[in-house]
Amino acid sequence: MEGNVVLTMRGICMTFPGVKALDHVDFTLRKGEIHALMGENGAGKSTLIKCLTGINDFEAGEIHVDGIQGTVKNHSTLDAQNVGISTVYQEVNLCPNLSVAENLYIGREPMTPFHTIDRKAMMRKAAELTQRLDIKVDVAQNLENYSLAIQQMIAIARAVDMDCKVLILDEPTSSLDDSEVEKLFKLMTMLRSKGVGIVFVTHFLEQVYAVCDRITVLRNGTLVGEYPIADLPRVKLVAAMMGKDFDDLADIKPEGSQDFSNASMVIEAKGLSHKGTIKPFDLNIRKGEVIGLTGLLGSGRTELARAIYGADKSQTGTLRVKDQEVKINQPIDAMNLGMGLLPDDRKAEGIIGDLSVRENIILAMQAKRGMFRQISRAQQEKIADEYIRLLQIKTATRETPIKQLSGGNQQKAILGRWLATDPDFLILDEPTRGIDIGTKTEIQKLILKLAGEGKSIMFISSEIEEMLRTCNRMAVLRDGAKVGEIDGDLSQERVMAAIAGGASE
Amino acid sequence: MNPENTLKQRKEINGNTLLLLITIVLFVVLYAGGCIAYSGKGFTNLQTFLNILISNAGLICVACGMTCVMLTGGIDISVGSLVALDCMLLAYGMGNWGIGAPAMCLIVLVVGLVFGFVQGFCVGYLQIQPFIVTMAGMFFARGMTAVISTDQLSITAETSQTFYDWANFRIYLPFGGVANRQGKIIMPYFRIGVVVAILILILIFLVLRYTKFGRSLYAVGGSEQSAAMMGLDVKKTKLKAYVLSSFLCSIGGICYCLNTQSASVAQASGLEMDAIASSVIGGTLLTGGVGNVIGSFFGVLINGTISSIVQTNGKLASAWPNILTAALLCFFIVLQSIFAFLKEKKK
Repeated sequence: MEGNVVLTMRGICMTFPGVKALDHVDFTLRKGEIHALMGENGAGKSTLIKCLTGINDFEAGEIHVDGIQGTVKNHSTLDAQNVGISTVYQEVNLCPNLSVAENLYIGREPMTPFHTIDRKAMMRKAAELTQRLDIKVDVAQNLENYSLAIQQMIAIARAVDMDCKVLILDEPTSSLDDSEVEKLFKLMTMLRSKGVGIVFVTHFLEQVYAVCDRITVLRNGTLVGEYPIADLPRVKLVAAMMGKDFDDLADIKPEGSQDFSNASMVIEAKGLSHKGTIKPFDLNIRKGEVIGLTGLLGSGRTELARAIYGADKSQTGTLRVKDQEVKINQPIDAMNLGMGLLPDDRKAEGIIGDLSVRENIILAMQAKRGMFRQISRAQQEKIADEYIRLLQIKTATRETPIKQLSGGNQQKAILGRWLATDPDFLILDEPTRGIDIGTKTEIQKLILKLAGEGKSIMFISSEIEEMLRTCNRMAVLRDGAKVGEIDGDLSQERVMAAIAGGASE
Repeated sequence: MNPENTLKQRKEINGNTLLLLITIVLFVVLYAGGCIAYSGKGFTNLQTFLNILISNAGLICVACGMTCVMLTGGIDISVGSLVALDCMLLAYGMGNWGIGAPAMCLIVLVVGLVFGFVQGFCVGYLQIQPFIVTMAGMFFARGMTAVISTDQLSITAETSQTFYDWANFRIYLPFGGVANRQGKIIMPYFRIGVVVAILILILIFLVLRYTKFGRSLYAVGGSEQSAAMMGLDVKKTKLKAYVLSSFLCSIGGICYCLNTQSASVAQASGLEMDAIASSVIGGTLLTGGVGNVIGSFFGVLINGTISSIVQTNGKLASAWPNILTAALLCFFIVLQSIFAFLKEKKK
């Protein structure tokens, strides 16, 4: 074994009911490196990490940690922390009802000689820590007063402060905007230079190439290989993850820019706004168009969509749908006008975890018909099967509870839910967040197919590249206001410039 | 002034602190109202206030335990029955088994610990709904009370001289005396139960604020999953919360018995609801993570004041305290959801 290795996992096996989640997986982490753990959804990344942090009980294999005699088997997060392994998860795992300082120090508070918590010392240490990491917060405030991004930074600060040898970052960037990602990377490189071994799990390929030194790829619970970053260019990485060469994404959009000026108007918003979230905006959408909403995280993309859909009632302005002036007070009104909205928070606003895939797919359709006109069981099954086949949803049966599906497949099922209502105008808010590249491509293709069938789509995504691939036109938002539109020749530079401000207006 | 202090001051003005302030103000207003309306009937005497404390000493202890359990997002509806069982054990043990008062109190406390341990184990380690577990506990304790005796027992000097002396011991205040009809000056007094209750209140306040266990209760109530992820032992924390609740409930049971000096199967029925109502009025959220015992203390005082006003009036039906408590509960729950709504909106 090399001298600078801080963590080795050998032959890890783990079975979930009916599925071999990990099959003899090896993983090696060295001191002072950022090591990307890559794989599609369901490849076993999270499972491997949970084996390491003691949440999952693996069946076979062993783990060695530098400086500890013999094998390590953690039974809880606390065990893992004690051997120097800290984790920051995709969902922020902190307590919103406690202060920032407490969230940083709970479980290891500074104590007074009387075995009570030294609150003053805790506040002081917390203030120092956040200052050192350049996180601007008031440590005495409750955590719930801060944005998700700040909460994520606090979670990282907590992990960092534990003097860990191994820091695991499980999708830490999925709720951060670019400047925050930048800050996080700075922090990661700083920790790397201090000799911390960092395991970085992410879906963003650019980020892997921006900071990582080495990549380990998993596929279907087995190890594909470990590569130094220079030996694995992007295309090869994607091929390794998918087990096949992926089709060139740039080609999915029909050639040439399409002309929609003759198509009929589907949505005409004039001066819509929602107090505190989105300033008055105008937006027209024509039949068959894919319009992208772009802007930084928190610029009002989601809020604009919600204002049109009636999820946040608009206080000003008028909305015309198919040349009819309408009043939308709540989502059901929008649904009856042929709209659908796929929310960005899949877990909280999308799936109903304990219901089956069938029930989840049928939900919006049933809601639209009203509760007294129930769709017959046979018909439900037919519709569910149709969308499971159409969208290639990987599920054991149509009656499997949806929470047992991987994130990408959950997302497809929710998409199926809206397609079942046969909408004319579909709002997709971050439909590809946190799902693997293969499914992403499928969803992008689906968007174009739907547009081809004459449906209008509003597409919101943090990844400009995928929007360039799918959108005909883009609306740019900044600080809760729509600041411009880009059409015709869409290029990354133009979009970036518009988001940053100053150009293309 | 150093920056730390300014930070703290800003923190004071959040919704939860405001709720506590409203509770305190409401108590003051209620009490002042009582003083103005019934000054002729002696409501202004300091003794009236002390009587509220004396008759609610047990409830204060029980509410402290209830608050701790509610902070974890749980509930303990066994406390009323446990108080009845405690009283029955005390009365029957001292009267029929001939066990001395100190030993009997000790037995009651041990019963509380064991009772809490079983409930806490079911909730924490077996992960059964706290409502179901403590409902079983409620029936069990009430049933055991009846098994010991179905009679109405009273504790007299013959039952136990020691207990009788404790119960009738008066601690006089050095000021605030009022002349009675014979013109004799009577100093206001309180009893041992009040001392116990106030000590418990202070102790639990400090435990919640300054100990790892106390903060763990808040963390578990805020997000169980997060608490586990941050390396806290959620199961153990819950176990401890229920042990604490039943233990404080047993201390409360002794205080209750000192006040009533009697025991019966029907005793303290609905006490669990009073404890929950006091906690909620004091700003504890049923969902967990928010609240503190000072609020619950004022919740108890508000309940006590209402009863006291109705008693002093003498003409109002005895159902009125219930109706007023219901109105107050509604008021506070609506207030809480308004605050939650405003907070959400501010984001």
